Amino acid sequence: MPTNGAPTRITQGSHTRGGIGESTLRPDGTLKVTGEFAYASDMWHEDMLWGQILRSTVAHAEIVSIDTSEALATPGVYAVLTYDDLPTEVRHYGLEIQDTPVLAHGRVRHHGEPVAVVAADHPETARRAAARIRVEYRDLPVITDEASATAPAAVLLHENRTDPHAAHVRHPNIVHRQPIIRGDVERARRRADVIVEGEYVFGMQDQAFLGPESGLAVPAEDGGVDLYIATQWLHADLRQIAPVLGLPEDKIRMTLSGVGGAFGGREDLSMQIHACLLALRTGKPVKMVYNRFESFFGHVHRHPAKLYYEHGATHDGKLTHVKARIVLDGGAYASSSPAVVGNAASLGVGPYVIDDVDIEAVALYTNNPPCGAMRGFGAVQACFAYEAQMDKLAARLGMDPVEFRRLNAMSQGSLLPTGQVVDSPAPVAELLRRVKAMPLPPEQQWLVAGEEADVRQLPGGLSNTTHGEGVVRGIGYAVGIKNVGFSEGFDDYSTARVRLEAAGGEPVATVHTAMAEVGQGGVTVHAQIARTELGVAQVTILPADTRVGSAGSTSASRQTYVTGGAVRNACELVREQILERGRRRFGAHHPAWATAELLLEGGKVVTDGGEVLADLVDVLGDEAVEIEQEWRHRPTEPFDLRTGQGFGHVQYSFAAHRAVVEVDTELGLVKVIELACAQDVGKALNPLSVTGQIQGGTTQGLGVAVMEEIIVDPRTAKVRNPSFTDYLIPTILDTPTIPVDVLELADDHAPYGLRGVGEAPTLSSTPAVLAAIRNATGLELNRTPVRPEHLTGG
Amino acid sequence: MRVNFTVNGRPQQADDVWEGESLLYVLRERLGLPGSKNACEQGECGSCTVRLDGVPVCSCLVAAGQAEGREIVTVEGLAEHARQRAGGEDACGTSLDEARRWSPRGPGSQSDEGSTSPRATLAPLQQAFIDAGAVQCGFCTPGLLVAADEMLERNPNPTDADIREALSGNLCRCTGYEKIMDAVRLAAARQGEEA
Amino acid sequence: MDFLRPASWEEALAAKAEHPTAVPIAGGTDVMVEINFDHRRPEYLLDLTRIGDLYEWEAGEHSVRLGASVPYTRIMENLRTELPGLALASHTVASPQIRNRGGVGGNLGTASPAGDAHPALLAAGAEVEAESVRGTRRIPIDAFYTGVKRNALAADELIRAVHINKADGPQQFSKVGTRNAMVIAVCAFGLALHPETRTVRTGIGSAAPTPIRATAAEEFLNAALDEDGLWDSGRIITPSVAKQFAELCAAACNPIDDVRGTARYRRHAVGVMARRTLMWTWESYRGNARTMEGAA
Repeated sequence: MPTNGAPTRITQGSHTRGGIGESTLRPDGTLKVTGEFAYASDMWHEDMLWGQILRSTVAHAEIVSIDTSEALATPGVYAVLTYDDLPTEVRHYGLEIQDTPVLAHGRVRHHGEPVAVVAADHPETARRAAARIRVEYRDLPVITDEASATAPAAVLLHENRTDPHAAHVRHPNIVHRQPIIRGDVERARRRADVIVEGEYVFGMQDQAFLGPESGLAVPAEDGGVDLYIATQWLHADLRQIAPVLGLPEDKIRMTLSGVGGAFGGREDLSMQIHACLLALRTGKPVKMVYNRFESFFGHVHRHPAKLYYEHGATHDGKLTHVKARIVLDGGAYASSSPAVVGNAASLGVGPYVIDDVDIEAVALYTNNPPCGAMRGFGAVQACFAYEAQMDKLAARLGMDPVEFRRLNAMSQGSLLPTGQVVDSPAPVAELLRRVKAMPLPPEQQWLVAGEEADVRQLPGGLSNTTHGEGVVRGIGYAVGIKNVGFSEGFDDYSTARVRLEAAGGEPVATVHTAMAEVGQGGVTVHAQIARTELGVAQVTILPADTRVGSAGSTSASRQTYVTGGAVRNACELVREQILERGRRRFGAHHPAWATAELLLEGGKVVTDGGEVLADLVDVLGDEAVEIEQEWRHRPTEPFDLRTGQGFGHVQYSFAAHRAVVEVDTELGLVKVIELACAQDVGKALNPLSVTGQIQGGTTQGLGVAVMEEIIVDPRTAKVRNPSFTDYLIPTILDTPTIPVDVLELADDHAPYGLRGVGEAPTLSSTPAVLAAIRNATGLELNRTPVRPEHLTGG
Repeated sequence: MRVNFTVNGRPQQADDVWEGESLLYVLRERLGLPGSKNACEQGECGSCTVRLDGVPVCSCLVAAGQAEGREIVTVEGLAEHARQRAGGEDACGTSLDEARRWSPRGPGSQSDEGSTSPRATLAPLQQAFIDAGAVQCGFCTPGLLVAADEMLERNPNPTDADIREALSGNLCRCTGYEKIMDAVRLAAARQGEEA
Repeated sequence: MDFLRPASWEEALAAKAEHPTAVPIAGGTDVMVEINFDHRRPEYLLDLTRIGDLYEWEAGEHSVRLGASVPYTRIMENLRTELPGLALASHTVASPQIRNRGGVGGNLGTASPAGDAHPALLAAGAEVEAESVRGTRRIPIDAFYTGVKRNALAADELIRAVHINKADGPQQFSKVGTRNAMVIAVCAFGLALHPETRTVRTGIGSAAPTPIRATAAEEFLNAALDEDGLWDSGRIITPSVAKQFAELCAAACNPIDDVRGTARYRRHAVGVMARRTLMWTWESYRGNARTMEGAA
């Protein structure tokens, strides 16, 4: 049994079919399987032009000159814009720090930075014209790591910084620094019977969403613009776009078009401003679609990191202290680096109880590609390192790695190194127990008919590299902790508009939010919530746009919590108005209107005893009830800049993995046989979606364990593999079975007790695979992804 | 140049095609059939998979001119293709304008998607993808459907390894493939029940 | 850009003679990627997909005449007996969609050291049938690869077919990639036993500027098999012979470091693949029922 109480059942307010807790099917499913669902790249408009960006071919250089004359003279070209053509004095944008030029000004700071934009009547015309823009660069020395970034004479990526972090960093090429200090590490170290140290490297991962960055900007008669775009947060885009265009926000009407995955990579702007600028300049609709090559330059990546860890433990297996330094490479522009630093630092201990902690996390400005949000956001890199440390400690102590972790696992009531008390279930030990208890896959599944080898089930797969020779099995475990929602005092809210009306003799609910549906299934859940809360069968989900208030970002595992919470809250307010109206209209006929607890169920107003008082359509009459309301989770506070103390996170999410791998130890090829996961989700609003999220997150963790890495040339800071030929993501033959054990321990602070789901499985998947490979090979492996040459000494 | 070919049983003509355009571009931008997707345009993801004279290919790697006179089936024609294979007759399809407009359907229509009452317009495999939760962002879905449907045509009782091999040219970034496996198994099982 | 659509082989040759810069396109695997990503803007595209002859094959007494555009899927399915090495290699090409469209002619035309067909062709022994309006010639596969992505074709020549020796003994093919499917070779190795001539032939991909044979390794193994009378006795090859063969194969490589792998790893992996494929083919030759041929 978990120490934190048994799995909790949430009593639902309704038994209406398709409410929360049921695996209802996606409302957009039919459109998506028929090809009718309109993704951003599918948008089309009569007479539209095509936009094309010219990007820098070098990572760091002064721009000596730009000559656009030949491009402008190309037949079919309608506009060529550079920095000098920007319409207002606001020429930079950024999620937190406005340090990113809309178009490069005098200098480029990373490979692939936008320098000019072209609009033409055909994509090929636009490409040819862009190729005719002459840019003269004068190379500057490239800054690619901590040493070159913080050298006393280092060129500054951004001079005269005025952002909130500039004051507390020791060098202007450090974006942000967050220490977490608790207890006394020096003293605790003396209590340690064993001490292990490690230096770990985490490679640069790409979100590799399949739907490329795309948008359509349509100029409007009122001087404004309508923008159809794939993004994670419409209102944050709007806040950054409007000042650059010099338009009031209400003149920029944004509509979410179909989003082909996001995973953090659409949190920053891509071509939003460029498309609008070209549309406003030409007076014509402008469509922009990145190809895969450009996509690798068109969005931020996961921060690569170097992590230095020291842990101590006593002979009986209790952790004494942790000292860590986490260096994240933020690349040329800040993006969300400050928040990634906060996460890496505050979650750098992992889901363990350690009283004495000294952690420092920093993010650098370099000439490498800008890095920012990706699923797991700072917690991923730390988990890779601390979980490797846990295995090393267990080995040194001669303990079972799972038992060692369970012995030190945090639980409800534990104190985090930030001073925050964990005030909801934290079943870390139970999750580990569950993944360990799952049955193991049979050995040598690749043997068919007892003799022949099915190479598809062996390392190397169809490439026919082994028929069993050199293949060794390994098993590894890992567990992680991720925060849910925006932290550190951010005003994290969402807005929902809910309308209830009678239509065709039926009560119909309409839910309107600006939540970006990126594939996660938020639209499914919103309908379920409306059904549960309003007791109706018919729910319409309106397209997300900026005609309703902000829903915040589809990131940080937060949308079901926050926008789901906003929808529930708005539904409750609608219900109150309905009941109020019912009391006014029918209260005189039945005393229960005044005395009983009333519910909406099955299209009727009923008492908690089940007595029907009225049909909803009769209460509604001809008059709809509509509420738009913001909803926010309980506030958090910033971490102290010196000690890292503070109530920084609103909720935590936990997952544990067991990886079973088979390694061809001679060729260094890995086949992951199974990746079992146990996760606490608080309450599974839609169990089918929940397991889909866990399996998807697990697979992204697998990818960065064995194949995914953007390779940047350390001499030039140029990206060497911007394609799906050389940036590899797992195929269906690389992905194992992923059994999932879902635990539901309610968090009483959250709507329905739910816990954010999407990110936690991405954390522990990678270190579990690494642990399994170490188990199979006996190698130390301090870097991810593992490449074949790392396993063969090459 | 001008290109003529048949898409989902209908003759199509595209004019002023640039010689470097792919079949994918012509389908998406000239014929209003954006169901085939543009995830990589280098034959590495399978999201643009169509059937060219019956054979699954990456339409991004077919030059538009090479499609001259050929028969193409895209995801938009998959349901009709499945119906004809099953011996049905009623014609259906997606109008070009419909394909271009997006209006998310309310969950009112969602209840129609349940496995208890499959929409008559969907191929069994399409329904199985919805029922099994194989669709998240959906960008890989059209290519996977075309590839998986062709595999089931050839191999009605595939092993898991067969399914994985047949779909190894189709990347998915959301699902971890587990529910895609479920969907194909489900479709195969339903197909078996009907046969 | 002009799109040329010859309806016959003769028309294609005439077009190529008139426009020597025309880029032939069949499966599109290489050419369309270059066009889509703006790496190449040929003046003429010469579409070969209308020429039915290129999609046909014919098995003769000693060799198979394989049309340049016969898709890899057809080779996997129909030529496993005659061309087992090439069938295995075909199965490792990219994805099912690519295998449905790409053929050996494309691999030869591009002449990338990473082309999957090359090691199998080198190991089996083959001749490329090249033709122009000037006439037809057969280029031995060993003389075909002339440099990085360069081949022996003249500007006006097109590849019509490949004549590949029919297997007279077991053949194997292995390829290392960092993914279990849809991957370009980090390096690859092909091996064919030729009991009729009592020789072995090898082919190495992605480990030198061009696809190569490990001739020193072949000579060593030929001599070792001969000396010990193994072709007749069918005894096992000793580990030391296998090891030396593997080392000589590795030594034949002249690889580079790139994003797909290191030179050192490539050498190492070629050695491992050489040893393994030798064991597989030799066990098969010995008629050992435990031999595993992969899933092609």
